[in-house]
Amino acid sequence: MAATSLKRAGWRLKQPSVIPGFGLTLGFTIAYFSLIILVPLIALGLHSAGLGLVGFWAAATDARVLGALRVSFTTALFAAAVNVVFGTLIAWVLVRYRFPGRRIFDAIVDLPFALPTAVAGIALTAIYAPNGIIGQLVAPLGWRIAYTPVGIVIAMIFIGLPFVVRTIQPILEEVSREVEEASATLGANRLQTITRVLLPSLTPAILTGFALAFARGVGEYGSVIFIAGNIPFVSEIAPLLIVIRLEEFNYTGAAVIASVMLLISFALLFAINLIQAWSRRRYGYGA
Amino acid sequence: MDVRIAKVRKEFDRFPALHDVSLDIHSGELIALLGPSGSGKTTLLRLIAGLEMPTDGRIFFGDIDASEKTVQERNIGFVFQHYALFRHMTILENVSFGLKVRPRSSRPPAGEIRRRAMELLDLVQLSGLEKRYPNQLSGGQRQRVALARALAIEPGVLLLDEPFGALDAQVRRELRKWLREIHDRTGHTTVFVTHDQEEALELADRLCVMSQGKIEQVGTPDAVYDTPSSPFVFGFIGESSELPVTIGSNELLLDGRSVGLPASSGTSGPARLFFRPHDVELTDDDAALAGEVTASRRVGGTRRVEIEIGNNGQKVEIDLPFDHPAGQRSRISFRPRRWRLFDVKPQA
Repeated sequence: MAATSLKRAGWRLKQPSVIPGFGLTLGFTIAYFSLIILVPLIALGLHSAGLGLVGFWAAATDARVLGALRVSFTTALFAAAVNVVFGTLIAWVLVRYRFPGRRIFDAIVDLPFALPTAVAGIALTAIYAPNGIIGQLVAPLGWRIAYTPVGIVIAMIFIGLPFVVRTIQPILEEVSREVEEASATLGANRLQTITRVLLPSLTPAILTGFALAFARGVGEYGSVIFIAGNIPFVSEIAPLLIVIRLEEFNYTGAAVIASVMLLISFALLFAINLIQAWSRRRYGYGA
Repeated sequence: MDVRIAKVRKEFDRFPALHDVSLDIHSGELIALLGPSGSGKTTLLRLIAGLEMPTDGRIFFGDIDASEKTVQERNIGFVFQHYALFRHMTILENVSFGLKVRPRSSRPPAGEIRRRAMELLDLVQLSGLEKRYPNQLSGGQRQRVALARALAIEPGVLLLDEPFGALDAQVRRELRKWLREIHDRTGHTTVFVTHDQEEALELADRLCVMSQGKIEQVGTPDAVYDTPSSPFVFGFIGESSELPVTIGSNELLLDGRSVGLPASSGTSGPARLFFRPHDVELTDDDAALAGEVTASRRVGGTRRVEIEIGNNGQKVEIDLPFDHPAGQRSRISFRPRRWRLFDVKPQA
C-alpha cells in the first residue's frame, strides 16, 4: 500500500494498463527507430555541418542546387495535385460501383508500388518521346513531353497514384451511403452532395494522400531520370544532382542538398500533419 | 398529407422484397411498420422516400402520383438508424443544411434560416449545443439533431428508419415519449420502422405488421394485440402460447378430452389454439388444460411457469402470481380467459 501510494505521487511515464509489455515495446520501438531512421539522418546532418554555417549556406544556395530543388519541389507538388484529383476519382469508382474486372483494376492500381522505377521510367520515355506512341501525337503541335518538366510530372504521377487511391479508398468505404442519402432527402442535388458533404468529409484522407504522393515524388529518382532529360536549371531534379555530386566525390555537397531537401519536406509534411490533427479533433477519427 | 401505397412490388435482382403491398396512411397519423428483419418494412419506407423505386405499383402523396418523383422532389424528412449526420458540420449547420441547399428562388434569407434552425434545436431540446460537432454528442442527442434536420425542410411526410435501434434501453424509452410529444405538437404524418413491438405498441396510432414482404395486419395497437388476424401476428406481437387441439362438436378437445372451452359450431377437425400467458385463470374443474410444471422463473411481478401438457409433451407458458406455491413437478389446471383458434398450418 505504502509503496503504491508513494509511486502514485510521483510523475510516471507509464499509465496503469492491462495491456502488457509497455516497457519492452517502447524500448524496442525507440531502438529500432534510431537504428533505421534517426542515425542515418543524424549522420547526414553531421556530415553537412562539417562545412560550417557559411559554407553550408553557400553550398545550399548555389544556383544549380536552387534550380534542382525548384524543379523537384514544383514538379512533385504539381504531380501530387493531379494525383489527388484523379486518385479520388479512381477510389470513388472502385468503392461505389460494381463492374466486371473491378478486382483486376483494383489490383493494377498497386503495380507502380511493385514495378522497378527504372522500368517505369524507360516505359514512360518510350511512350512520351517525340517518336513514341503518345509523343508523336503531340509533336506536330510543337509540344514535347519527354525531356521536359512535363515528363517529370508524368513520371511522378505514375509512381504517386497508388498512395492517393489507397489512402482515400478505406475512408470512402466508411463514409456511409446513408450520409449521401440523407443529403438527397434534404433536397440537395448530386453536385451539392459531392461538394458540400462528400469532399469535406474526405479532406483529411485527401491531405494524407497528397502528402504521401508528394513525399514520394520529391524522393523519386529511378523513373524520373530517364524521362527528364536532366538539363541543369530546367529538368534536373535534386536527387540526380546528389548523385552527380557523389560521382564527383563531393560527399559534403551531396549531404548539403539532401539536408535541404529533408528540411523542406519535413516542414511541409509536418504542416499537413497539423492540419489533419486539427480536423480529426473536430470531426472525430477517420473521415 | 395522405400517403397511399397501391399494389407496390419490389424486387432486388429478381429476389422479391415486397409482394403487392397496399396501404393507406392517413394525414397526421403516426404509423409503425413492424416486422422481423427481412420482412420488407425498411424497403417499404425507402420506397415511400424515393430512395428506392418500385418494380411495380404506384405511390400517391395526397392526390399526386409521386411514383416517378425523385427523392429531392418528394419533400420528405428521413431519419436514419445511424443518424447519418454530417460530421464536418456543426449541429446548427446540420440542421440548416436542407434550407441552405435550396435554389436561390426558394431559399429563405440567411438570418431566417438561422432563426428556424435555432427554433428547431429548441424544439428538440438541444439549445446551446449548436456550435458542437456531431461526434461531441451522445447517441440520443445525435438522433434528436437528425430529427431536427429532417423537420427543417417542413416535410410533407416524416419517415424514420429504426430511429432508436442504436440506442440503449433507457434512452430509447425517453426518446419514444419525446417523439410522441413532438408528433402531437407538429402533427406531421409520420411513418416509422421498428422491430420492437413494445415501441410500436406504445408509440403508434396504428400498426402495420409485416412478414416476408407482405402486410399481415393493419390496425390500432388494441386491435392488433387483442384480435390478431393470423398465427404470425399472435406470435409476433406480445407473448403467446400455442397448443394443437381438435375442434369437437361444440367444444375444444386435447387428446380427446374436453378442455372446457366452447368452439363455434361449423368447423371441426384439428386447429391451433393461441392464448396469452398472462390471460389465464386457474381452475379446479376437470375440463381444463392441465399439466406438470417443468420450469419456473420470476419475471418482474409475476412468475412464469412452463407446463407440459398432453400426451405429446407439448409445452406452454403461463403467468402465475409470484407467491403462488406451484413448485417443480406440481400439477396445475388452468383455462385461458381469452384465446383464438387458427387453422392448422398447411404442411410446407
